[in-house]
Amino acid sequence: MYPTDRRYTKEHEWIKVDGDTGTVGITDYAQHELGDVVFVELPKVGAKFEANQPFGTVESVKAVSEIYSPVSGQVLEVNSALANAPETINKDPHGAAWLIRIKLSRPSELNGLMDTAAYQAYISEKQKEVSA
Amino acid sequence: MSERIKKARRHTSQSEGLIFEKSAPGKRGMELPPLDVPPVDPRQILGAAHVRDAVEGFPEVSEIEVIRHFTRLSTWNYAIDLGMYPLGSCTMKYNPRVNEFVARLEGIATEHPYQPVELSQGCLGILKTLQDCLLEVTGMDGITLQPAAGAQGELTGLLLIRAYLESQGNPRKKILIPDSAHGTNPATAVIAGYEVENIRSNAQGQIDVARLKEIVNEDVAALMVTNPSTVGIFEQRIAEVAELLHAKGALLYMDGANMNALAGIARPGDFGVDVMHLNLHKTFSTPHGGGGPGAGPVMVKKILEPFLPVPVLAARADGTLTLDFHRPQSIGRVRAFCGNFGVLVRALAYTLAYGPGIRQATEDAVLNANYIRKHLESHYDLPFQLPSMHEVVFSDSQQKKHGVSTIDIAKRLIDYGFHPYTTAFPLIVSGALMIEPTESESKEECDLFIDAMLAIAEEAATQPALVKTAPHSTRVGRLDEVTAARKPILRWKPEASGEAAD
Amino acid sequence: MRYLPKSPSERQEMMAAIGIQSVEELFHSIPASYRLKRPLHLPGPLSEMEIIDYFRARAAENSGGYTSFLGAGVYDHLRSVVTDTIIQRGEFLTSYTPYQPEISQGTLQAIFEFQTLICQLTGQEVANASMWDGSTALTEAMLMAERLTGRRRLVVARSVHPEYRQVLATYSRNTGLHVDEVPFAGSGQLDRAALGAQINDQTAAVVVQSPNFFGVLEELPQLRDIAHASGALLVVAITEAVSLGIVRPPAEADIVAIEGQSFGLAPSYGGPFVGVIATREKFIRQMPGRLAGQTTDNQGLRGFVLTLATREQHIRREKATSNICTNQALCALAASVHLCLLGKQGLRELAQQNLAKARFAATELEKIPGVRRAFSGPVFNEFAITLPRSVKLVNTELLKEKIIGPLPLGSFYPELTKQGLLCVTETTPRAKIEGLTAALRRILEKPH
Repeated sequence: MYPTDRRYTKEHEWIKVDGDTGTVGITDYAQHELGDVVFVELPKVGAKFEANQPFGTVESVKAVSEIYSPVSGQVLEVNSALANAPETINKDPHGAAWLIRIKLSRPSELNGLMDTAAYQAYISEKQKEVSA
Repeated sequence: MSERIKKARRHTSQSEGLIFEKSAPGKRGMELPPLDVPPVDPRQILGAAHVRDAVEGFPEVSEIEVIRHFTRLSTWNYAIDLGMYPLGSCTMKYNPRVNEFVARLEGIATEHPYQPVELSQGCLGILKTLQDCLLEVTGMDGITLQPAAGAQGELTGLLLIRAYLESQGNPRKKILIPDSAHGTNPATAVIAGYEVENIRSNAQGQIDVARLKEIVNEDVAALMVTNPSTVGIFEQRIAEVAELLHAKGALLYMDGANMNALAGIARPGDFGVDVMHLNLHKTFSTPHGGGGPGAGPVMVKKILEPFLPVPVLAARADGTLTLDFHRPQSIGRVRAFCGNFGVLVRALAYTLAYGPGIRQATEDAVLNANYIRKHLESHYDLPFQLPSMHEVVFSDSQQKKHGVSTIDIAKRLIDYGFHPYTTAFPLIVSGALMIEPTESESKEECDLFIDAMLAIAEEAATQPALVKTAPHSTRVGRLDEVTAARKPILRWKPEASGEAAD
Repeated sequence: MRYLPKSPSERQEMMAAIGIQSVEELFHSIPASYRLKRPLHLPGPLSEMEIIDYFRARAAENSGGYTSFLGAGVYDHLRSVVTDTIIQRGEFLTSYTPYQPEISQGTLQAIFEFQTLICQLTGQEVANASMWDGSTALTEAMLMAERLTGRRRLVVARSVHPEYRQVLATYSRNTGLHVDEVPFAGSGQLDRAALGAQINDQTAAVVVQSPNFFGVLEELPQLRDIAHASGALLVVAITEAVSLGIVRPPAEADIVAIEGQSFGLAPSYGGPFVGVIATREKFIRQMPGRLAGQTTDNQGLRGFVLTLATREQHIRREKATSNICTNQALCALAASVHLCLLGKQGLRELAQQNLAKARFAATELEKIPGVRRAFSGPVFNEFAITLPRSVKLVNTELLKEKIIGPLPLGSFYPELTKQGLLCVTETTPRAKIEGLTAALRRILEKPH
């Protein structure tokens, strides 16, 4: 379910790194929690963010969630296709619905993120809490 | 349809398109008296560049079509006049018709805010009497009737706090807001230039006084508290909370949204509140009108009086009333003119109808809420056990086991002939059902409501699909809110322009 | 009490069901020391007849019998009994904000129609379901311009309604917004040279009113060019909405803030009225206030819902676009009904009548020696005149003739003590205009 080629945050973002460039999105768990996504707000290319700083929002009909940058860096590209097709986030959160590409300024921050196994354990704990 | 649905039965309702779709050139619904001065050429007077063509797409319909159009639309609405409207926190009580009548009187509705005060003594007298009444009900010292609604009252109250603290040398930085508060509170605090610190309620849904002790410091300007809180329970330690704040130089703001649980019983001014607002469309019965107009008077203790918005109502030596604009410490104006005067007229008419007997209204409202609680508490989960005041909050945790949530139960209530209660608020209760009957409901209506809720609890267990797909009896079924938000259509356009209306 | 539907024995039954002996027990959760031990000192109780008598007596203490020429943001226009009949239907009057669309389609469709009517009138792409009034709508429009541009300075024409500017001052004081005011020229229009000097790359918006407080139309296309050249938005306030029947709509504005009182709402000593914000579609996420949107139900039938609610305070809390929640829905409904009755032709005729009457009044007044138009710019139904002496003193004399004279502009602009503002609408008969001119002539001819 959760691809092994990337790392995950406790806020349910994923980041897939290629060289010094990271691609960031939200996880399937996050899109499921949010429900039908109706709007995405993304930063401008060139904007700089610190790790754990919000860089955008994802909205459903009755909720707004901030999206936090997994790492520090500068935005290289944003997925502008989402503006007209926010539902992509529900359909393909780990693929077509990537949000931004970011140039990592401190690649060592990746070490603080969860790998796939750790994230899966993390969300199964979450699901237990909810059903309890 | 369930045999237990007693309050309502389906009947035919008229279909009706948009008014623009009925339009045909040459029809009209109003005629003007003939012009009694020489006609003019607009292009000559204004200059051609300032003159427009006829308004494109504007409706052309006759008077009877206007009447039928809006009457048909009206029949698609639920209303207090049809039955119980148990929206918690919204206080949907009876809106007396005499209030509508007096607000429309010649000499009341016709008055201009800039006419001389000598010719406005009637209007000013109404405002003065209402001020005196609201001060007596709340036990406060000073008042402004200017704010246009509760949210603006909140802002006014916080600006008063800010101005007062500034006059003491430091406006401070933070407003503390319990996590049970209305969303308006934090939104308002930001506009007043403050940071918001949310504080968690304790296990009883009450303010966590121990926690409060830790966080109140010289950065805190005020605590905004709703009392009774949004779970319908009186804040037992409110006076202690006030002392705690005052000891650190901070003030206590009370959101008076739930004043209908206290009128005639207890006065915020007596338990330490420094500033509060009232929603006249809640406690004082002015009609909600599908979402306004309201009015949000703000009451203050003496220390805050110098900062009230201008103008302030004042008495002259000869006993006549006037408007005082010369208030050097005032926060300024929050709205043009004298506030929603017509709403204030209605609120005074309501108050005069009851007089001191307003206490009976409070008693009946609390009686109704507790009567409903008693009958439902073994079928719906009650997260907080403290005694209820004017409303009761359940959670859907028992029904969730069958996959039925608060919104489903709410929608099913529609089939039983009721407006839903408030769903999913307050946020501190997961899957909240927030029920406020108000004093306007008879025992019979309360019994019908209880019966409907019990029937739905049973349906949730035995035929959850029926509840989850409700309502089944309305003109339209559940609407596609997702598409509405993804591809907003916010106005009608003629079909030729490509965006078909239907 | 006639509003309470319970008999004494029903109250007893209900208490018994709850398991309490007395009503007092319902309030035991309030600490005893804070429970009121006396009845409230309130006037009443009054019967329906006594309530009517009380308010009739207050009404008699007001301006009955006087002729008024006041406008300045509150206008006396025709109102139809049809409008009042509709808005007094309980299904509209006594319903809540339409959060439950299945049983609120009436209100929702009416709001959707209101939004459409406002768009048609203003030449804008989207309009909200109402704001509290014109002054708060304009303030919200300016806060919106700040969010859209990320800039913190506003350039506001001094010819914007003075009380609107006061409201803006109250709101801006604590949010770090800086407001510069631009003077007016001899035409009564904003002084464009002064604007050019004040605007810069920190300016979020240029804010004007048209017709402005002096009744004069502003040159919006030129103002748009100046604003946009600096990357600022053009915000236009309209307090006299009937002008939209004949005056070119503010299509070049980025945000329009309207007071809709002229569309069928009584002056009512200043409220309740109905504000509205209209703007471009691309700015919608930063627009405050409720919005009704069209959609379909599970059967594919057309229906309406409140939409884009994530901008609002009940969801976004401290990050909301505004704290507004209750707006002026019933007033918006009244405006819709009124506009539908007027229709395309009626609105045009109404506006033309206002224009003709104001022109007639101005011409007649200018025949009085010493009286002249204060400003040369084009006006709709309101205009300022200059008198040979203080307007306040003249008004004292006019009051003796049962005429409420021009609004003294000196109350708001210290340099304009001899200038007064007059409004003439379709409800002002020619005879009353002639009565004013005759009285004014007599007063000014008298030595003082």
